Amino acid sequence: MSSRRSSQSGTSRITDDQIIELVSKLRQLVPEIRNRRSDKVPASKVLQETCNYIRSLHREVDDLSERLSQLLATIDADSAEASIIRSLIAQ
Amino acid sequence: MTPKGVSLNPNSRKTKFARRFLCALSQMRNPRPVSSSNDEEVRKRSHKIKIAAYLSMARTVGSRRAWSRALLFKLRTRARRHNMMIGRRSLCLKKKRVIKNDPQGELSQTNKLRHLVPGGKTMDMCSLLEETAHFVTCLATQVKVMQTIADHFDK
Repeated sequence: MSSRRSSQSGTSRITDDQIIELVSKLRQLVPEIRNRRSDKVPASKVLQETCNYIRSLHREVDDLSERLSQLLATIDADSAEASIIRSLIAQ
Repeated sequence: MTPKGVSLNPNSRKTKFARRFLCALSQMRNPRPVSSSNDEEVRKRSHKIKIAAYLSMARTVGSRRAWSRALLFKLRTRARRHNMMIGRRSLCLKKKRVIKNDPQGELSQTNKLRHLVPGGKTMDMCSLLEETAHFVTCLATQVKVMQTIADHFDK
């Protein structure tokens, strides 16, 4: 289990092997970093890019909700799309 | 008959989320024939859709993950509070962020991350990173499914 590093001196760097492994896992997930050479990306940069990525995903969800809301307004209840949805749900 | 570009593996997280989300969407269709959808209604519905998306994803993941538990708790508390205070516009999805003044680059980034990941404030570093990784994958899946659905309706 990871120890609480914050209880030690506040300036201790994060050097736990487990944490390095987790950070590299995060590196693979964030598209910004995945395309760069992973060796040169420090942990703080990974965290920063992760934060930015999460925020951009939230923004995308907002935009998509807006778009879906407008599209839902134009959908006819008995149209083909509704039947597709129903068949998808019923599977 | 499946829509173009969607391959359905019945056990995948993506499929389960898609199914829940589509269910929620179909319940949201306006019962009365809407010829004039004004901006206010569109905005209200868009907010409901957004909540439904996060709710569906959190339910799909279930209580296996700390972030999904925290998100479910937050959404349910919000719903309860909203039902009690109908008529008052007190809902805001984004909490105010208090960035602690911290000289260490890693620690301040960690604080920002804690505010972004549900339930992140009380986690230790290891759990926070694990939960973040899972949260990011699920969010990306959610976005992808929503995009597919929207593109399908757009045709």
